[in-house]
Amino acid sequence: MAETFLRRRAPELFGVAALAASVLVFEALIRGGVVNRYIIPPPSDILLAFERVIVEENILTRCRDTAIEMIIAGCAAVLVGVPIGALLYRSSLWRRAMEDWIGALAAAPIVLAFPLFLVLFGRSPKTIIVMGFVHGLAPIILKTVEGLASTRPVLINVGRSLKMTPSQMFWKILFPSALPVIFTGIRLSWTFVLITIVGVEYLINLGGLGQLINELAERYDLPGTYAGICFVVMVSVLFFVALERVEAWLQPGR
Amino acid sequence: MASNMNQSAEAALVIDDVVKRFGRGQEIVTAVDHVSFSVKQGEFVSVIGPSGCGKSTLFNIIGGLLGDYEGAVKIGDERISAPHPAVGMVFQEESTFPWRTVIDNVAFPLELQGVAKSERIDRAHHFIDMVGLASFEKAFPSQLSGGMKQRVSIARTLVSQPKILLMDEPFAALDEQTRLLLGDKITQIQQQLNQTTLLITHNLTEAVQLSDRIVVMTYRPGRVKRIVNIDLPRPRTSDVVGSDAFGHYVAEIWNDLREEASRGMADSESAASRRAAHG
Repeated sequence: MAETFLRRRAPELFGVAALAASVLVFEALIRGGVVNRYIIPPPSDILLAFERVIVEENILTRCRDTAIEMIIAGCAAVLVGVPIGALLYRSSLWRRAMEDWIGALAAAPIVLAFPLFLVLFGRSPKTIIVMGFVHGLAPIILKTVEGLASTRPVLINVGRSLKMTPSQMFWKILFPSALPVIFTGIRLSWTFVLITIVGVEYLINLGGLGQLINELAERYDLPGTYAGICFVVMVSVLFFVALERVEAWLQPGR
Repeated sequence: MASNMNQSAEAALVIDDVVKRFGRGQEIVTAVDHVSFSVKQGEFVSVIGPSGCGKSTLFNIIGGLLGDYEGAVKIGDERISAPHPAVGMVFQEESTFPWRTVIDNVAFPLELQGVAKSERIDRAHHFIDMVGLASFEKAFPSQLSGGMKQRVSIARTLVSQPKILLMDEPFAALDEQTRLLLGDKITQIQQQLNQTTLLITHNLTEAVQLSDRIVVMTYRPGRVKRIVNIDLPRPRTSDVVGSDAFGHYVAEIWNDLREEASRGMADSESAASRRAAHG
């Protein structure tokens, strides 16, 4: 029984063990003076800083602010990106004309364009959300086109043989078939959205976790800064777990 | 002449002088060349020929997926140029929807027709039972073997109760034992429903095991070389493959096919040589 449990949970246990081992190695390297503690603080100091960050820095409110910005920007990217991807899939001319530009948008360091967005939207959460949305849009568009285009021809022939209307063909065959690839795009997009949101919060010193990390870094509170970064990772993990659940719910057979 | 007219009158499907060409100018390739035959109500007919004889093109024309052709494919007096509700198609490639359970896959055509949920579940259940997958209704295709997935596709096609069941090498990807056993299942269903069936195949034993008549095609361009009546007793099972008569039919049809298959092979080899010569 215990053996079966261990075998089933082996990857997770191995992951946790590898993380713990890395932490211990860093602790030893820093305490031994091999790595400068003013660049990377010892993990034990970071752990102790958690309590201070939680109690004194209002971390839950900051997590909530970043999470809300991410939900708005991420969902907007899905709601706008999937229809644009579907339209590009329908028009070969538009697809060929736009695909490279959209690919370039995905690779562009949007975060550096923050002064432009500040002028347009002011120093407000609106700027952070719009920048997150813009950076998160391209992967969803590209993966939606790719997912729809990679629908197996035989499934389309099944639809044609059943005299399906274009709308039925899209909603009942093309879209469900493309969902796994679209979700890959959403995962990429949300990574971009979170990076941009935290980055812009940091740069314009406004909002949630990015601003907190900025303030802690300005105070040379390195353990606190790293503790703040850990919270960004936690927010990211929470979103990805939620996304996985939604994906499993939408595609139970895969 | 009178006999031909009688045959057409009782035919569920008539393929009349069908020609299909691909390409333009000097690059024109004739895939199907003046092909004519008919399938009677309740009859099981197979079309057999080597790769490149236009079998799949014929399948797509009869299924209405290739509308631009010369001649006529007729159901009754209606010429087919688009998918027709009287024709149910089963494809060579695995074609179940991976995001739907077996019962939802099979009920899919009824869902499109707007049949009420309870009725479509009842009807889907009936055909799932018929193909022997009753205990897998809630399973997803990813949990099934290749043969089971093809049975789901067959049930999904039958649930609309098409007048003609059109199959394109549905067992091509399966091993020989599974193929023989599924052949039994198909024979049983065809007899039970008195289902008019047209099977496109390159498998000789499968064609003889299942068919009442076999249309032997030539290698490119695809013409009808001969139509062979298979006078084996019905109800028929895979036990028939051990009989002398079965062996006789296989040998007879192979005699016709060998020359065509050899031409096909020689053609492929010379094409490969040309490609190799051009680097």
